[in-house]
Amino acid sequence: MADLSNMLEITTATHSGMVRSHNEDSIAADAAVGLAVLADGMGGYNAGEVASGIAVAMISAELKKALASITGDLDVSTAEKLVGEHAVRANNAIFQASQSQPQYAGMGTTLVVALWHDDYMIVGHIGDSRLYRMRGSKLEQVTRDHSLLQEQIDSGLITKEQARHSQNKNLVTRAVGIDPEVDAEVHSYPVQAGDIYLLCSDGLNDMVTDEDMELTLSSLQANLPLAAEQLVQQANDNGGRDNVSVILVRVLKNFPVRSGLVDRLKSWFR
Amino acid sequence: MAKLILSLEGSVIREVPLDKERIMIGRKPSNEIQIENLAVSGEHACIVTILNDSFLEDMGSTNGTLVNGNPIKKHILQNNDVIEIGKYKLKYIAEVPAHAPAEDFEKTMILRPAKAAPKPVTEPSMPPTPKPAMAPAAPAATAVAAAMAAKSGEPHMLAAVQILTGPSAGRELDLVKNLTTLGKPGLQVAAITRRPQGYFITHVEGAKFPIINGKVIDAQAQPLHDHDVIELAGVKMEFFIKK
Repeated sequence: MADLSNMLEITTATHSGMVRSHNEDSIAADAAVGLAVLADGMGGYNAGEVASGIAVAMISAELKKALASITGDLDVSTAEKLVGEHAVRANNAIFQASQSQPQYAGMGTTLVVALWHDDYMIVGHIGDSRLYRMRGSKLEQVTRDHSLLQEQIDSGLITKEQARHSQNKNLVTRAVGIDPEVDAEVHSYPVQAGDIYLLCSDGLNDMVTDEDMELTLSSLQANLPLAAEQLVQQANDNGGRDNVSVILVRVLKNFPVRSGLVDRLKSWFR
Repeated sequence: MAKLILSLEGSVIREVPLDKERIMIGRKPSNEIQIENLAVSGEHACIVTILNDSFLEDMGSTNGTLVNGNPIKKHILQNNDVIEIGKYKLKYIAEVPAHAPAEDFEKTMILRPAKAAPKPVTEPSMPPTPKPAMAPAAPAATAVAAAMAAKSGEPHMLAAVQILTGPSAGRELDLVKNLTTLGKPGLQVAAITRRPQGYFITHVEGAKFPIINGKVIDAQAQPLHDHDVIELAGVKMEFFIKK
C-alpha cells in the first residue's frame, strides 16, 4: 500500500469536557495508512470507554494489517467492503464482551471510520459521530446521523434549526456492540487537494454550531493543531456537557494509485 | 410528564397532561382539548409528543396559533412556552421525571427500533428494552450548574482593535465574532478569540510571533487587556474594551 504521510496532515484532540469525570471517546489516526477512527462509547461506569476502546483499537490495528496484506491493486468498492467488515468484527467483539462479562452488559459505541485511498475517501459510520468536509471555505456534513432526531428531520417533523432545541439529541438508532448484528453505512467520495475533513463526537456538534465550526476551520486552516484545539475549547466554553473529540485531516496533494505515464498507459490497454 | 395549563384572561381553567401521542385542540367536541369559542377553528392545532419532546402544529386554523407572541406553523415546545389560541392561553410545562437526573439526558443512549425487539433464541439475556446507560456514581449536579452558568455568562464585554500605524491607520475593527483573524495570510496571522473569560490572542501562522506591549508571545494563547498594543506583520494596533 502507498504511504500517504506526505499527502495527508492529521491532527487530533480529545477532552473529557467540563461535566464528565471520564472520557468515553476513543480516537486513532495514521497518516501513513490514511486512516482515522473515532468512537463515542456509552454504558455504565467505565464500560463506555471499554467499548469505544475496543472498536478503535481493533479497527485501526486489523484494518492496517488487512491493507498491508493486499498485494495487488485495491479498488474503492473492495475498500468499502473492507471497512464494513471491520466494523462488523468490532461489533462482534464488543457484543461478546458485553454478554460474557456482567460489568460490561449493555455497553456500546458509535463509530466513524475514514480511509483515504486512491484519491477517494471511504467513510463508514454507525450512530451519531460525524464526518464533515471543508472544501474552499464551505463546511458540509458528509455523514447522516443514525439518530431519532435525524429521523424526525428526515420525516419533516422538525427542521434542523428546531433540532438544536430538542431534548432527544442523545438517542441513537444504531450502535456498535448492542446487537449481535449491525450494518455500517459505508460510502466513498472523491477527494481534492486542499480539502479538510473533520471527524467529531457529538460533544462537538451539540455544543458548537456548524457556522462556528466553519468559521474556526476556515480562519485557522493554516494551523491545523490550533484549529483542533480551538474547536474543543469552544465546546467547553459553551458548557462542555459531553466528551469532545476531533480529528482533522488535510489533503496536501492528490494520491492516485496510478500516477506515472507508464501506469496510465498500462491501464489503457487493460 | 409534560402538561399544558389552559387559562382565559389570567384565570386557570384546567390542566391537561400530555399523556397521549397526539392531542388535538379545537372547537369541535372530538378534540382532546375542546375550546368553545368562535375564534377557535374546529380542528385548530395539535400536539404530538415523542419521548421528551412535544411538537405543536397549527392545523391550518383560520385565526392562527401563537407561541410567545409569534405566529407558528410548527414548533418544538420549550418549558414555559405560552401558546395562544384566540383569547385562550396554554402554558407548556415540561416536567422532567424526578428519577432521571439532568445528566441522563445528555448521555448517548441506544434507541432500538421495534423490529429489534428481543429475539429470545439468539439473545436470551437481553432485556426487552435496553437499560439506559447508567449515570456515573457521583452526582454531577453542581458541575452541571457551573457549566450552565458558564454558558449563560457569555461575555457582554465588547472590545475592538484600532490600527495605529501603516496605510489603514485609524481604522477600527469590532471584535464581535468568537474568532477574528488579523494579519497577512502566508506572512503572519494571529487570531483573537472571544471567550466567557474575556479576549485572548493566539499565533496562527508565520515565522514571527505577535508582539504584545513590546514582548514577543509564545505559542500559548495570551489574555488581552484594555489598551494592550499588538504588533503584527509590521503593523501596530491597540486593543481596547468598548463596554
